[in-house]
Amino acid sequence: MAYFPILSFITFLPILGMLIILCIPGKQEKFIKVFSAVITGLQVLLAGIILNSYNYSLPGVFHQNSYQFIEKFRWIEISGLSWIGTIKIDYFLGIDGISAPMVLLTALISFIATLSSWNISKSIKGYFALFLLLDAGMMGVFVALDFFLFYVFWELMLLPMYFLIGIWGGPRKEYAAIKFFIYTLFGSVFMLLVMIGLYFSCTEVLANGTRAFTFNLIALMDPKNYTATGILSPFNPGNLRFAAYIALFVGFAIKIPMFPFHTWLPDAHVEAPTPISVILAGVLLKMGTYGIIRICFPIFPEITRQVAWYIALFGAINIVYGALCAMAQKDFKKLIAYSSVSHMGYVLLGMASLTTVGINGAIFQMFNHGTITAMLFLLVGVIYDRAHTRGLDDFGGLALKMPMYAGFVTVAFFAAIGLPSMSGFISESFVFLGAFSVSSIRIITIVSTLGILLGASYMLWALQRVYLGKFNEKWSALTDLDAREYAMFIPLTIIIFILGIYPSFMLNIMNTSVNSLVDFMNKMPASFSALKF
Amino acid sequence: MEFHSILNSLTYLAPEITVSAALILVVLFDLILGKNKKALPVIALAGMVAASFFVFQQMTFNGFAFSKVSQPWINVGMITVDSFGAFFKSIVILATVLVIFFSFSSEEIKKSFDRLGEYYTLVLGMVLGMFLMISASDLLLVYLSLELVSLSSYVLAGFTKLRERSSEAALKYIIYGAVSSGLMLFGISILFGMTGSTNLYVINSLLQAPNINHLALAFAGILIFAGIGYKISAAPFHFWTPDVYEGAPITITAFLSVASKAAGFALLIRFVKITFISGVAPSGHWQMIPAFPWKEFLIVISILTMTLGNFSALWQTNLKRLLAYSSIAHAGYILMGIAVLSNQGLIAVLIYFGIYAFMNLGAFFIVMLIANKIGSEELEDYKGLGYTMPFLGVTFGMFLVSLIGLPPSAGFIGKLYLFIALVDAKMIVVAVIALLNTVVSLYYYIKVLREMFLAKPASPSTAFKLSPLSLILIIVMLAPVVIFGVYFNPIVEFAKGCVTILGL
Repeated sequence: MAYFPILSFITFLPILGMLIILCIPGKQEKFIKVFSAVITGLQVLLAGIILNSYNYSLPGVFHQNSYQFIEKFRWIEISGLSWIGTIKIDYFLGIDGISAPMVLLTALISFIATLSSWNISKSIKGYFALFLLLDAGMMGVFVALDFFLFYVFWELMLLPMYFLIGIWGGPRKEYAAIKFFIYTLFGSVFMLLVMIGLYFSCTEVLANGTRAFTFNLIALMDPKNYTATGILSPFNPGNLRFAAYIALFVGFAIKIPMFPFHTWLPDAHVEAPTPISVILAGVLLKMGTYGIIRICFPIFPEITRQVAWYIALFGAINIVYGALCAMAQKDFKKLIAYSSVSHMGYVLLGMASLTTVGINGAIFQMFNHGTITAMLFLLVGVIYDRAHTRGLDDFGGLALKMPMYAGFVTVAFFAAIGLPSMSGFISESFVFLGAFSVSSIRIITIVSTLGILLGASYMLWALQRVYLGKFNEKWSALTDLDAREYAMFIPLTIIIFILGIYPSFMLNIMNTSVNSLVDFMNKMPASFSALKF
Repeated sequence: MEFHSILNSLTYLAPEITVSAALILVVLFDLILGKNKKALPVIALAGMVAASFFVFQQMTFNGFAFSKVSQPWINVGMITVDSFGAFFKSIVILATVLVIFFSFSSEEIKKSFDRLGEYYTLVLGMVLGMFLMISASDLLLVYLSLELVSLSSYVLAGFTKLRERSSEAALKYIIYGAVSSGLMLFGISILFGMTGSTNLYVINSLLQAPNINHLALAFAGILIFAGIGYKISAAPFHFWTPDVYEGAPITITAFLSVASKAAGFALLIRFVKITFISGVAPSGHWQMIPAFPWKEFLIVISILTMTLGNFSALWQTNLKRLLAYSSIAHAGYILMGIAVLSNQGLIAVLIYFGIYAFMNLGAFFIVMLIANKIGSEELEDYKGLGYTMPFLGVTFGMFLVSLIGLPPSAGFIGKLYLFIALVDAKMIVVAVIALLNTVVSLYYYIKVLREMFLAKPASPSTAFKLSPLSLILIIVMLAPVVIFGVYFNPIVEFAKGCVTILGL
């Protein structure tokens, strides 16, 4: 197994699928759907294989050799002119405990989103081609270990996402799509600048013993690699590291989305078709927090510690503000969109604690939010497909008519609230445990717990309005779930319960890496002048 | 100057001579063949192929034609042949070859069938002018070649006589052109008055003297820039661009936006680098004569150009005008690369131009194909194009994505290298402004994509079948846009080999 380039396969399989779909005549709708499901299904299988042969004791993070499934090739190499040096970019993939859960999540959510795309009726061929391209971009972000590669994948998903919302979306789709695009591009152009700045500040030893500038994320984490005069080098007294950190952080924060950059999310969610909402909430938002943990934290450890308090503060704002907004919504999908904002706040809070427990909780929360929110959007999709409305006040007593459906809804809602024995509970309590142990953000943590209360209230209120109470006769024609829908909900439900009862299954994967990350962050001195250059 | 020195110089002028020969042949065959004009583009193409052979030789070839022999500055001449010039000449050749192919399938040009002789003569005349512009290292030749290009392009812009728009474009073009070349001439005369020479190398060595009149030099610099700035449509000399681009036949618009710009940029770079340089630091940065702040000047111009271009493009509903403003914005990005005043910046400019040529010509070609059929370039006529003609829609989309500069397209690589040069020179603020501009530009490019894919197709359907030639042309232009986006070694290596500008 050792030399099989499994990460390349899992990343480029969807692109291969896309190319094949482009060659199939558009009339073969059934075939295209099944084919896409097979491709994403294979991705799940590959993710399973990865997980199966994953070595739990290797930390990764800043040890290049302890990443797993590494693939490293020279992609671009332009030998030096005296004044520009060698330019090299690596095709460098690998995973550690931070990215492994995300790879699994991406494969899983993509597969389930494909299943939920069955009802798409407009230009099937284009839809699935773009969908698979999006899938490849997401997977690439989580496995790339070269900043340049990371950036390419990061931008690769923008265009398919624009079209998926813009063509297959709801009434205000054009507005939502362009808003999404401009917000994200705005964030990522600054990422580009930071990337170039880091490139010129950091060198890596090449095979022939000379040093060359590098995009290698792991080399960028080691202060010893920085040059004395680079603009983002900690040894340069006039460095711009703080500004760069903020620019990078904002780029990621837009994706999370962190308050006050969250306004694109409700629009995008409401207008996007169900499977795209699922992808958006299930995977795309995680890319923001993943980027922060993978790039902002270890590359700028001293600044991270400096601003951790603010990250926690914004996390708390996300939690409380998102929950309050959710409570005010009349549209089911918008409610879940805002609940996403709130739940991503937990991730921020957990990260900001900079403790093993907190960061474990944050990554676990990313995974759990991915599965739970995906399920919530799917559940909204089910009812929207049948009733063509999402108004929370338009329904009532649906549990009588659709008991199985209501059952799954209850599971998902309680998971989102964080009921013990379900996965959300574990991750949220880890986040709070971690955050509470840090005295500087204790007050913020206490305020954030309000989010749980608010979360329970908007979720239960929605449950009551839509599924309980007197049955609204208008909807007597609604049918309960069909086989395909069971196929989407049952795996998610199982995951939610398994991870709620036996969380070590996931925590073990990330624990070693998170430990090593936290160690690394704490070891870094606040001022780099202490380190000998 | 002795006779044998002139003869020797001719070997350096092989590409120019080839183009001139092709030009003469086109004129002759036009007279001989009478009604049958099929041979003319073939002759023009053959001329370009032969010229490309000689240009390719010049890639590794340095020297001066018509050099001075009796002065203390021996071995500097009127025409400089170096790899830098060869690079831009190959861009011009590329654009010319593609535009000749475009003209095959252009309805506009077909309508003026009886004047095809003029058309190809003028195109070749422009090419000759551009070649000379690219290698000119003497102010006199700078002016003459610029005028040769301008005069040919005035006529070409108004080539479709019957369209009012076209005539208006030509007239506007002439007026703006006359004013700016007048300004340039004034600048040249000041520079000549200060130094007593028209040769850029001689002027350079004289300007090194400490007692130079800064004010006069600044005047000369700005006035000469006016002439060049008009060619590359840099703000505030860009006002003619949208009108001319809209009014001219699309083939000529495409030609102006790439070839004429390439020549203008080559001239600007050569003029700035040769005349005002005092040395090159080991880090690749050019040390300039302190007399004129080129860096600050170019930064201001480039920011103005890209910002004006991008913001004006936001409101355009005509594709040609939109692409005109987009090309102004791109000129701004390229100027930014020059403003770095370093070899890194120069490489970035070369890379950017190599990529820009493909993506811009590609975009114009598709606009032309559509205009051929529906006779309009209005954005609203593109509604649903992505469904009625998926191939055209998708490929146009890819060109536009590359113009935005999103990875993994070649346009991104061009931008990446520009920003690398900027960050290397610590020009962070400029880089930030340029990046924000990119975000703005997203909006109007995406507007086109939106019309094509998000809007419902208009009925009746305007679908048509592409000719095999058009198909091949699109693929030829699209291939580099895609390939260089993923694997950009070749173009960077190529650009890297072409940074030699004779001189310091």
